[in-house]
Amino acid sequence: MKILVPVKQIAVVDEDFELRDDGKDVDPDYLNFEANEWDDYSYEAALNIMEASDGVEVVPVTVGPDDAEDVLRRCLAKGGDRGIRVWDDALEDANPAVVAQVLAGVAAREKPDMILTGTLSSDRSYAQTGVALAAALGWPHVAVVTGIEWTPGDPKATLLRELEGGLVEKLSVECPAVLTIQLGINTPRYASLRGLKQAKEKPVEELSLDHLGLSGDSLAELASFRVRRMYKPETGQAELIEGTPAEQAARLAEIIKELKGAA
Amino acid sequence: MGEILVIAEHRQGQLNPASLEVIAAAVALKEESGHKVTVAVIAESPDDFAGLVAKAGVDEVVKVPVPVASFQSDTYEAAVLALAEARKPAVIMCAHTVDAWGYAPAVAARGQFGCATDVFEMRFEAEGLVAVRAAYAEKLHMEVDFPGKETVLLTVRTNVFKPLEDDGSPAVTSFEAPSAEAHTEHLTFVEPEQTGDVDITQAEYMLSIGRGVGEEDNVEEFKELADAFGFTLGCSRPIADNGWLPKSRQVGQSGKTVAKCKIYLALGISGSVQHMAGMKHVPNIIAVNKDAEASIFTIAKYGIVGDMFEIAEELRDQDS
Ligand SMILES: Cc1cc2nc3c(=O)[nH]c(=O)nc-3n(C[C@H](O)[C@H](O)[C@H](O)COP(=O)(O)OP(=O)(O)OC[C@H]3O[C@@H](n4cnc5c(N)ncnc54)[C@H](O)[C@@H]3O)c2cc1C
Repeated sequence: MKILVPVKQIAVVDEDFELRDDGKDVDPDYLNFEANEWDDYSYEAALNIMEASDGVEVVPVTVGPDDAEDVLRRCLAKGGDRGIRVWDDALEDANPAVVAQVLAGVAAREKPDMILTGTLSSDRSYAQTGVALAAALGWPHVAVVTGIEWTPGDPKATLLRELEGGLVEKLSVECPAVLTIQLGINTPRYASLRGLKQAKEKPVEELSLDHLGLSGDSLAELASFRVRRMYKPETGQAELIEGTPAEQAARLAEIIKELKGAA
Repeated sequence: MGEILVIAEHRQGQLNPASLEVIAAAVALKEESGHKVTVAVIAESPDDFAGLVAKAGVDEVVKVPVPVASFQSDTYEAAVLALAEARKPAVIMCAHTVDAWGYAPAVAARGQFGCATDVFEMRFEAEGLVAVRAAYAEKLHMEVDFPGKETVLLTVRTNVFKPLEDDGSPAVTSFEAPSAEAHTEHLTFVEPEQTGDVDITQAEYMLSIGRGVGEEDNVEEFKELADAFGFTLGCSRPIADNGWLPKSRQVGQSGKTVAKCKIYLALGISGSVQHMAGMKHVPNIIAVNKDAEASIFTIAKYGIVGDMFEIAEELRDQDS
């Protein structure tokens, strides 16, 4: 039994930043790279399933350049014996329809019994990859999952799906399925130092598009949009309260008093 | 004349008000493109909703009967793909909701449509449709287009477009969707727990803390501060997810909307769309954040770029 967990290295912009020369993204010099928060929860969910049953393998997979291996090592430090990283320069700026197709290629090789992705990655917030991956595989799928009852081998899983306003849906899904996992479903563990050390020794398979029977050109055709430009939105109307913290607090207290009086 | 196809959404017998916002966005897009606007109602009894979406500017309401009472992704996918096949719309639009997250990307992938999610601006230019969405925690906007795509699917950010007031008299038609094999089954809805905690939807003054609070032990001092000022303590999602405050205190899309709030003090909250969904209507938002670029400042009336602990400490001294 195997659970495949796609994880992503996300980019966070510095406080002051500049755009790339082509204006289509942030200049990489101003980006910091981190693991996507949602993937902490999907990976934890997979580890929980693994630890509750015998003979379950959890395999983190990422689509990203060399340094994206860090996110895999971080996962492996928490559990799991091997990871997979897919990369090709053609995947630079790839949009979620393309990443989904690449992940489908990995799933075709690995034949997992379940795939858990994050609902979202916080750099671009597309919220598409998991469900598009399910479509590419022709698999059942459920998005924004906050509860999983499933023992590997079961033909169905019972899930909770978080809706708006705190409402939750209970539903069942046929397996194998792709579930996109929402924050709060569990409490992700930290990678221990010992775990991180051990993770360095664990194998990470590097795959090219060739290995997956894909080509950059055919993937390019799958792109569902093209970025024309990025720009800083007009900054908001907040009136900034300046001064020392004491002065700022004094003014803030005054404003609260005024507003309360007027209200 | 092309077509803009809006997919309406409903739950527990209620039309999702966000669908009316999408209809408004579609009608605005019609004015510049000349495309007709069709609203599809996919439901067990579409008649329940057909009248509600017949807004001025809508040309056609198409009723799509399906055998399921609540949202089911395979059913929606099959219906929307069949509609798209039959009508070749230039644009398919739906609200960027949890249900849409569950089917729209699959529709786009299967139909090989152009696709952009969480879009808050859209227009036609000489080369075709252009959509605008955010990136990097709202710090940037990105403009995207869809070269070579006959059909583009957009999920539209909620609380951006104003629903249309006036009713219209669109043609009403029916469409038979192919039967879909459903791989998920709705079991039940679970309502949020009634905790007996304060009802933040009724609070007039809120002080909300976000991840900037750092750790659980720090929560208490902000509780005291809120009490001292007569504010109700609320929070962003990570605080509730960590169990530092009950879920009933969470403001936002999957939490509560602070409907009656007049002053909202946001401390250490970045201003994600999902948080703002619950508070951006508040007339007096005051934000304290270390990061001058935090998007909470784009909706705040007053802002302090600074450390929430320092400001809190000074505020306490003010009070005494
Ligand atoms: C389907 C869905 C539904 C969601 N529903 C909700 C919801 O209902 N409510 C909700 O809140 N979120 C919701 N989220 C999560 C949302 O996307 C964000 O992850 C969340 O709102 C971030 O919370 P935050 O602003 O506290 O944390 P962060 O985004 O991490 O921001 C923390 C901020 O604190 C600032 N800061 C740090 N330290 C200090 C300090 N000492 N002094 C001052 N400032 C400091 C930082 O600069 C930063 O801006 C939802 C997400 C999804 C996908």
